[in-house]
Amino acid sequence: MSDLTDFGVTALRDGFRKGDFSAREAADAFIGAMEAGRPLNAFLVETPDHAIAAAEEADRGRAVGELRALSGVPLGIKDLFCTAGYQTTAASHILEGFVPTYESTVTAKLFGAGAGMLGKLNLDQFAMGSSNETSAYGNVISPWRRAGDSAPIAPGGSSGGSSAAIAARLAPAATGTDTGGSIRQPAAFTGISGIKPTYGRCSRWGIVAFASSLDQAGAMARDVRDCAILLEAMSGFDAKDATSLDVAVPRWEANLSSNLNGKKVGIPKEYRVDGMPAEIEALWERGIGFLRDAGAEIVDVSLPHTRQALPAYYIIAPAEASSNLARYDGVRYGLRVLPDGANLQDMYAATRAEGFGPEVKRRILIGTYVLSAGFYDAYYTKAQKVRALIARDFEAAWASCDLLLTPTAPSAAFALGEKTADPIAMYLNDVFTVPASLAGLPAMSVPGGLDAQGLPLGLQIIGKPLDEQSVLDAGLAIEERAGFSARAETWW
Amino acid sequence: MPDGVAASRATMSVDAHTVRRIASLARIAVTDGEVEAMVPEFNNILGWIEQLSEVDTDGVAPLAAVIPNSLRLRDDIVTDGDRRDEVLKNAPQAEHGFFAVPKVIE
Amino acid sequence: MVSGDVTMAQAASTYRIQGATGEWEVVIGLEVHAQITSNAKLFSGASTTFGAEPNANVSLVDAAMPGMLPVPNAECIRQAVRTGLALGAEIHRWSRFDRKNYFYADLPQGYQISQLYHPLVGEGSLVIEADEKAGIPTPKTIGIERLHVEQDAGKLIHDQHPTRSYVDLNRSGVALMEIVSRPDMRSPAEAGAYVRKLRSILRYVGSCDGNMEEGSMRADVNVSVRRPGEPFGTRTETKNVNSVRFVMAAIEHEANRQVDVIEGGGAIVQETRLFDPDKGVTRSMRSKEDAHDYRYFPDPDLLPLELSEAFVEECRAGLPELPDAKRARYEGVLGLTPYAAGVLTADVAVARWFEALLAATGKDGAEVAKAASNWLISDLFGALNRLGKSIDESPVSPAQGAELLGLVADGTLSGSLAKQVFEIMLETGDDPARIVEERGLKQTTDTGAIEAVIAEVLAANAEKVAEYRGGKDKLFGFFVGQTMKAMAGKANPGVVNDLLKKALG
Ligand SMILES: [Mg+2]
Ligand SMILES: [Zn+2]
Repeated sequence: MSDLTDFGVTALRDGFRKGDFSAREAADAFIGAMEAGRPLNAFLVETPDHAIAAAEEADRGRAVGELRALSGVPLGIKDLFCTAGYQTTAASHILEGFVPTYESTVTAKLFGAGAGMLGKLNLDQFAMGSSNETSAYGNVISPWRRAGDSAPIAPGGSSGGSSAAIAARLAPAATGTDTGGSIRQPAAFTGISGIKPTYGRCSRWGIVAFASSLDQAGAMARDVRDCAILLEAMSGFDAKDATSLDVAVPRWEANLSSNLNGKKVGIPKEYRVDGMPAEIEALWERGIGFLRDAGAEIVDVSLPHTRQALPAYYIIAPAEASSNLARYDGVRYGLRVLPDGANLQDMYAATRAEGFGPEVKRRILIGTYVLSAGFYDAYYTKAQKVRALIARDFEAAWASCDLLLTPTAPSAAFALGEKTADPIAMYLNDVFTVPASLAGLPAMSVPGGLDAQGLPLGLQIIGKPLDEQSVLDAGLAIEERAGFSARAETWW
Repeated sequence: MPDGVAASRATMSVDAHTVRRIASLARIAVTDGEVEAMVPEFNNILGWIEQLSEVDTDGVAPLAAVIPNSLRLRDDIVTDGDRRDEVLKNAPQAEHGFFAVPKVIE
Repeated sequence: MVSGDVTMAQAASTYRIQGATGEWEVVIGLEVHAQITSNAKLFSGASTTFGAEPNANVSLVDAAMPGMLPVPNAECIRQAVRTGLALGAEIHRWSRFDRKNYFYADLPQGYQISQLYHPLVGEGSLVIEADEKAGIPTPKTIGIERLHVEQDAGKLIHDQHPTRSYVDLNRSGVALMEIVSRPDMRSPAEAGAYVRKLRSILRYVGSCDGNMEEGSMRADVNVSVRRPGEPFGTRTETKNVNSVRFVMAAIEHEANRQVDVIEGGGAIVQETRLFDPDKGVTRSMRSKEDAHDYRYFPDPDLLPLELSEAFVEECRAGLPELPDAKRARYEGVLGLTPYAAGVLTADVAVARWFEALLAATGKDGAEVAKAASNWLISDLFGALNRLGKSIDESPVSPAQGAELLGLVADGTLSGSLAKQVFEIMLETGDDPARIVEERGLKQTTDTGAIEAVIAEVLAANAEKVAEYRGGKDKLFGFFVGQTMKAMAGKANPGVVNDLLKKALG
């Protein structure tokens, strides 16, 4: 029997159902890979007990003919999801030692569907970053390397632990969260698939908040079908989240079809930013060809406010974060720093100074500034108006197309440390992913090929609100044609 | 305020004093060194997000809900509470069923 | 209604502070925080019951655990809308919750969910009654600027440990209405009357129990002073004053303090102050010193609150008769004196009791209202004061009261007998008819019996009879008294009078 860690969600689920192997065997295989993969620093906490317990329950269930959607499938969980009984830190010192007594809605759904948890995955601190270099517990190292070069490569961020673990076959799939591209960009950097659903599809209850109006959980896996299976299990209305959408979850997997006859795919001209690397241009052209070949009609569209999306995002997200992160004050949980003779307010300042990393502080301060007296309208209100215009741009585009195709990121993965000096250069990584986030639209990244140095490149598909199906279908069409089979070989 | 005014307000650049004030509003202790480093960084980022002022947003309502959706209300039923141990479980300092903090003078 | 735009001619308050350099006028605005009556909190399912064990009524949402989210309580919104309607205010069909950001140990989220930019309720007003003695010569309309819904904070306990404060989050997240008045009040008495009237309206509506002892109602008192006719001065805000008496005392002290400061060449700083009930003074509040930049912005965890026309109309239709209308009806339809109408309508519990009493008489209200209100205000209130009981704890029920009034009306009981019977009712809780029966307290109109007693009385007082017949008419009362005494008060006074006149010729 071939190495079970070569199996994705579909293969594990189906093989387990057929009886080719036990859930326990699958769990043990990935637990072994997880332990062997420690040099990648993808996991903050390993939870083999959880994976094994779920596997044994699945095996007992199978014996009595009881099979659930994810029976036999172990998963990695981004450490932004609160997990009952398992430390949850959002990769920040300020939550060190915090063990939730509650289970996030999304992880509860996954575990209820029979999945087990291999461990809590590393990420950019509070999901603020695009390279996983802001974690308080060390960088995640991508399994990928440039041809003939052993320089450690960024797995993307903020879901970098998730992307690295899947690309390195330490987990068949993982949860991610996406605020401005945190699922799609790391997926693109590591040659895997990742989908952020429509805002409101997945409950935010129990997910450590970064920017409430943008945060959305999603699925990361080796291929499109695996994403569909995982997303189906994660999604659904939750009365505990006032922004949750009260709509039925479609049967995305069952309805998957790479036949795009009758579909119109828009190509937004504003995404052709000056200085776009030739190989990104080429990738995009290749993607257009794939979709045309799958039966789609290609049309040119315009999203005039694309250029303002990033600056609007870097007002709105930090503003919301500055308020969402005010609860980390050393009173009820996590780190407390109490210098001698310090009063309450001194304790707050000391705790937060020591507990938050530099990027988190940077964003809290920017957010505090743009909301402060006299600047609220100039910055926050203005940004929300621009956001409304960006949403209108998409609305208008839907009049002439059903989907949009763009590159996921302006470049392939960069080396660790390459962009840390200049925050704005780092922020520019999200230039293609942020607009869909601001408009709450479903969007996914699928591998499109490799760059000259042998690093993966991703293509992004953006869909209409609630039309994840078309996004997944187009993703599948690209997947079938790109024939992306490259994988990072094991150097760790 | 009209966007024109908004823009001019926003273009004021930030100095060390402002950074200190913002840091204290955010309850993050900062060293002089950190403040020094933050001033140019702050102005860089603010200058960059400045491009928004180019966009004409007169008569545009700020986005209220990303995806059309209405605020659902709960029924007035007691469904929670009575879990003090859970509430205090992660507290750095809890005494006699309370969270404890340095003495506050009101 | 906008402040100043008034329904009747209003005489300006003559309240002034006599400073060393002349007269000062006081300008007062109140922000009243009223706890909305609900089972569960505004954004969580935890209970609102008062006096629970520390941190027992706390959900993970109230403790602001990571990833917790608010979901609004429909009843709290409904009660706030009903209250707005009762204040004649506009109900905003589109409103929104905002975050007020500041750091304090009683505020777990690091922000309070409130409403700044788009409150649920807009401008309204209420009328305070005239009160000559209190220097309120005519009824006065006080403008209400807005009413919004927000979360209460937790409680800090400072006296349990020498170097630590303890945090109890039981109140954290409890629903409040903040009702903001216009700066329309000009004396402590007007402010006191405003709080009493607002409390009365809230209790009629049922949106707040008005229990100030348990903190269900607190006022932030905004005070400034100025030379009569000059523009407003700088104001201070004295927070969380929790009784009508303290509101008046706080204004009294704060206004005088401000006059002293200004006349002493100083200037008033806009600041948050605290009232010390024991010393009767206000002092600056250190903990709120730098909390002036709240960075309000719409709460991204919550969508805008949109109300349908139907919902608002349903709230309007469900409103009870309010104090002003009830008072007018008591004076008009029931023909009560303004005083009686005022006393009976001030508190909803009293009005309910009174109306139950009228109903129980089975007679037309107008016919029995006067007797009923006299008995309730003098006899029942007198007894309740003696017993230290509230109207809801009255040992005598409205039905029993009505029965007693009936016995007086049909001549079974004289006024004095009725008082005797009432005392027995208070002790035994028995029905008046039964008491009359068992104790034979029925008054007699049996002329034969009365004539016999009169004969004895006259015989026993021959010389007084002579004096009377000699023209000393004043003695008539003496004979009445003697006769009544001899009959243990049970004789019908009218009959006694007639027969005495006859007997004395
Ligand atoms: Mg106030
Ligand atoms: Zn308030």
